[in-house]
Parts: sequence; C-alpha cells; structure tokens
Amino acid sequence: MQRSDPILEVKGLSVSFLQYGRGMRQQLLNVVHGLDLAVSEREIIAVVGASGSGKSLLAHAILGLLPYNAHMEGGCRFRGEPLDEARLRRLRGKEIVLVPQGVSYLDPLMCVGAQLNGGEKAPDSRRRTRESLARYGLGEEVERMYPFELSGGMARRVMIAAAVRNTPKLVIADEPTPGLNPEAARRILGHFREIADEGAGVLLITHDLEMALTVADRVAVFYAGRILEEASVADFMQEETLRHPYTRALWRAMPQNGFQPLAGAQPYAGEGQEGCLFASRCPLRSAECTKEPPVREIGNGWARCFHAGERGKADGFDSGTNFVPV
Amino acid sequence: MAAFALVALSPIDPLQANIGQVALGSMSAEQVARLQAYWGVGQPLIGRYLNWLSGFLRGDLGVSLLYRQEVSQVIAEKCANSVWLMGFAWCVSGVLGIALGVTAGVRRGRFSDRLIRGGCLLVSSTPAFWIALMALIVFAVWLGWFPIGLSIPIGMDAARVSLADRLHHAALPALVLSITGIPNVALHTREKMVEVLESDYVLFARARGERTTQIVLRHGLRNILLPAITLQFGAIGEIFGGSTLIEQVFSYPGLGQAAVAAGLGSDLPLLMGIAVISAVIVFGGNLAADLLYGVVDPRVRKGGAHR
Ligand SMILES: Nc1ncnc2c1ncn2[C@@H]1O[C@H](COP(=O)(O)OP(=O)(O)O)[C@@H](O)[C@H]1O
Ligand SMILES: [Mg+2]
Repeated sequence: MQRSDPILEVKGLSVSFLQYGRGMRQQLLNVVHGLDLAVSEREIIAVVGASGSGKSLLAHAILGLLPYNAHMEGGCRFRGEPLDEARLRRLRGKEIVLVPQGVSYLDPLMCVGAQLNGGEKAPDSRRRTRESLARYGLGEEVERMYPFELSGGMARRVMIAAAVRNTPKLVIADEPTPGLNPEAARRILGHFREIADEGAGVLLITHDLEMALTVADRVAVFYAGRILEEASVADFMQEETLRHPYTRALWRAMPQNGFQPLAGAQPYAGEGQEGCLFASRCPLRSAECTKEPPVREIGNGWARCFHAGERGKADGFDSGTNFVPV
Repeated sequence: MAAFALVALSPIDPLQANIGQVALGSMSAEQVARLQAYWGVGQPLIGRYLNWLSGFLRGDLGVSLLYRQEVSQVIAEKCANSVWLMGFAWCVSGVLGIALGVTAGVRRGRFSDRLIRGGCLLVSSTPAFWIALMALIVFAVWLGWFPIGLSIPIGMDAARVSLADRLHHAALPALVLSITGIPNVALHTREKMVEVLESDYVLFARARGERTTQIVLRHGLRNILLPAITLQFGAIGEIFGGSTLIEQVFSYPGLGQAAVAAGLGSDLPLLMGIAVISAVIVFGGNLAADLLYGVVDPRVRKGGAHR
C-alpha cells in the first residue's frame, strides 16, 4: 500500500505530573514516556492498552489540553509543520478534533444544539450542526435535548457529530465504544472507517483489541505509557507474526485464541522505570531486560524488545500446553 | 419557642434593665408590682407562651413592651430601614462575590487570584464590628463623606426626609455589610470555577475550538450560577445576623438593632415577632433558591417528565 506523508507525527512525547509524595518530597510521575507515533491520511491507527495506561492523556497531550498540573515534553508535527500552541488554537475543532470518552464531556446544562454550534449564531453554522447530526441518524429534536436525556449510543453519536461537523483532517477518538452493545459499537466504528475513507487520519484509542482489529489499519500496543509494538492488522492473523511478548499475550487472551489472560498487573506510573517495563510479567525475561530495550524493526512493524520476534519458549513458559506447530 | 424560653430564663431583670436601679429604688411597692405585672415577672413561662401563641395564631403579634406600639408596626418600621441595608448588601455581595470568584478561578495561581484570595481570607478573619468601626473612623470621621449614624438626619421631620438622605445614611453600613458577605461567595465561586474549568466538558469545548472567554461565559457561568444562587439565598440568614452587629455599630435603627434591644430589654413580644419574621425571610430565601433551581436546571425542569 502506498502511504502518503503522515498527517500527524508524534515525536518523543512524554507527560508527567509533579506530585507531592510522602512528607514534602516532590515526585515526578512519568505517565507517558518517549512516545513516537504517526497517523496518515485515510488510515485508522488503533492505540490499544489497558485502562489507566495513559491513553487519554496521550490524546489530550496531542490537542494541547493537558491538566493544570501536567508537564509535557517532546512534540508533534501536523502536516509537516510543528504543532505549537498558537497553531493548535487555530486548528482545534477544525482540522484536529477529539471524540471524547463519555457523556461527562458534554456540558450538562447546555442543550446539544447550542454545544455543537459553539456560540456561532450564523445560519451556516446551524445548518452544519443539523447536517452532521442527521448524518448519524439524529433528528432535529436532539438539538434541543440536554445530555441527561441522551441514551449511551446517542451521546456517542452526538460527540462524533460535534467532532466532524467541520470536516477534520485528524480525528482522535478516545474509547468510543464502551457501554454500547456490540451492534451499536460496530456501527460507531463503521462511522470512523467512513471518516477515514473520506480522507482523514483517525487515531482510535481503545482497550478492546478485538474491536480495534475490525476497523483499524495498524495497531500500536500501549503499555504503561509506552508503545511496545506497532503492527499491521494483518500481523494479528496468527501469533507468529507478532513481535512483542506482550502483544502475543494479548493475542492469546482473545476469545478465539484460547482466552488465556496474562497474570499480573501493569506497573503504576513512576515505579520501576529502569529497563523494559513489561519485564516483570514477561515469559522471555532475561538479564539484559533490566536495560533499556532497543527498537527492532521486523517486517512492516517494530517492537521495543530484546527478544522481539522470538517464539516457542514463550508458549511453553506461560501455560505449558499451548504448543503451536509452525 | 426556643427564643421564648431563652428570654424568659435570661438572668436580666426587665425592671432593672428598662427602668434603672435608681428609679426602681424610689418607687412604691405598689408601683413596682404594677410594673412587674406589665413585664410579666413571676408569671409562669408556659402560660405566657400559650398566651402569645394564641394571639399569634389570630394574627396578633402583641404589643411591644419597650416601644409601646403594636409589634407588627414596630417591625414594619424597622424592616423598612433594614430592607434597604440588607437588600443592597445582599445584591452587592452576591454580584461582587461571584465576579471576584470567577476572576480568581479563571486566573488561578496568578497574581489576581492570590490577591483576591488573600483579601477574602483577610476580610473573613476580621470581626465585622471592627471593619465597621474602621469604616466609620475613615469615611465618616476623617473624610466626613458619610454620616456617623442613624437612618435619617438628626432632628429632621420624618416627612421631609428625602430618598437621597436615606441612601446617604444607609450607604456606609450597607457597604460594610456587603464587604463582610463577599468572601464566602467569592471563595466558593472560585472553587466551583476551578472545578468547572478542569471538567471534562470544558476540555471538550476547548477541543472544539472554543476560547477561554467563550468557555467562561458559555459553560463557566452557566454551571456556576446554580451553586452560587443556592449559596447566596442561603446567605440571607448570614446577612441578617451580620446586620445585627453592623446596625449596632452604626446606630442604624433597623430590625437587627431592634432585636438586640428587645433581647437585652426582655421585650418578649417584640423579640418573638422578630424571630418569626427572620425565620420567614430565611425560609423564603431557601424556598426561592429551590424554585429558581427548578427553573434554571434542565435536569430538574425536564427531569420530572422523564423519571
Ligand atoms: N491530573 C492528574 N494528576 C495526576 N495523575 C493523573 C492525572 N490525570 C491522569 N493521571 C494518571 O495518569 C494515568 C493515566 O490516565 P489516563 O490517560 O486517563 O488512562 P487511560 O485513558 O489509559 O485509562 C492514570 O493512572 C492516572 O492516575
Ligand atoms: Mg481513558
């Protein structure tokens, strides 16, 4: 597939919080670290990670909307130009948009129409609001509804409509499907495919690998604030084409692949930042894993691991039964 | 009822307090007995209360022992004076408090925020009577901009008092009362504003390209107004309490001062009348807040039909 220049390039993005730990000691909580990512036109790239791994913060960081106490390093380029504060202010809501995580992102005291118009009174703006709502099967009466009157699926569609009413170039969707039945979730994901096919780049953030694989082109596996592997969706056809032990564990946890959950929990931001963050749960762990793992390019993807692409031992180590003949 | 019991049990001898030790000494036993009957000394508490209650239920608040007028008349007169004061203070402290709170919340951590917060803490930790005295000394005594006390010029015929005169006399106490009411509203509003600005829906509004001014006007005020309204209507009671002190310092003949006089002078009918009136005002305030809530909050307004 011929890939055009990326719309969005994220380079070395880190997000940290200054927190007051025990006593008066200040502690730097590194939530997202050294993250690289690229999104191209007509492409959906899914960032898949467990909850609490910093996915929402990644989305907010790209938009320059981090909370008051956050500190950000690294940066982004949008259509080849650095994305600074001033440029973001111009592009937010127009070329770069967010589809947020839940109904709490709608003002509870303002009706839908007024929120989407964003204070613009021009007939043209009203028309665009009506059209974008209609596009997602929402009638004119929805404009006069307040968020508490919307069902879960309607709220999602309202938020998508709010995001795409200005035909954006980049859509950042933060967990757009939880709380929906599979049918509704598939429909919502279909909307994103449509948006991508119309020419935008879509960064789809989710904790649901299975869902992601149904619409995305590429998958970035996110773990404790870091991308461990980037793979094409085709790589998920079988375990062997996956590069990182964590990705393989995710693959084996999918229902059709044995439903074997990975034991243990993600390290919490700020603890054990030396070396590979996955090492504590990794079946392939070796002495060198206490050092920073290298990025290994394999095929048309890469993984951040000393043992990238190694297989065999992993399966026996994990469950003792899951022998996959090659 | 609590008010009734408190006054009846207070150690103040109404005769001594109102007539004076010396005058009392020079009276005949018969005169003293008549006065004791007038002030209700020695009568059983329950009987007096039931007596008052039956009058009250018939709409008769009784006669003030101190002013020798119908209680309702005394209250009406004092109320007219106090309403100026409290109404003004209530509006000013509400508007200024919300404005300062919003400013501080939006400018969080900056100089203006620290200034406003510092000022609020300073005012709220300073006794109201001290602020009143300082205002009197500076504006009335040194600068002479305002009269030192009362609600109308001394010795002027009540009929010839102009509105300007009344306002001139009410200005300083009203100002002081307003100032003491500001910190509460301002600090609460600031907290709420900070909360709103950190909310998910403001983040999404920013992501849709709304600017800070737009966000404050569209989402900030809308979401701050409800708690502010509740707070400000609830503050009526506080303003009422504050006015007692302030009226005392400025010798402003309002409801608050009458309450103090009634309390110290064991004027039971008047005190009970004032207690009832203030309860009604405070209750009315809370009721108004609830009703307004229903009008402003769509979840309450439309929610009834949905749930
Ligand atoms: N304002 C904040 N201050 C301190 N820590 C925060 C703040 N916001 C988020 N975090 C931390 O960052 C981590 C990642 O949060 P988030 O991006 O919401 O995760 P996800 O979207 O992947 O579920 C969480 O563990 C959370 O505790
Ligand atoms: Mg999230």
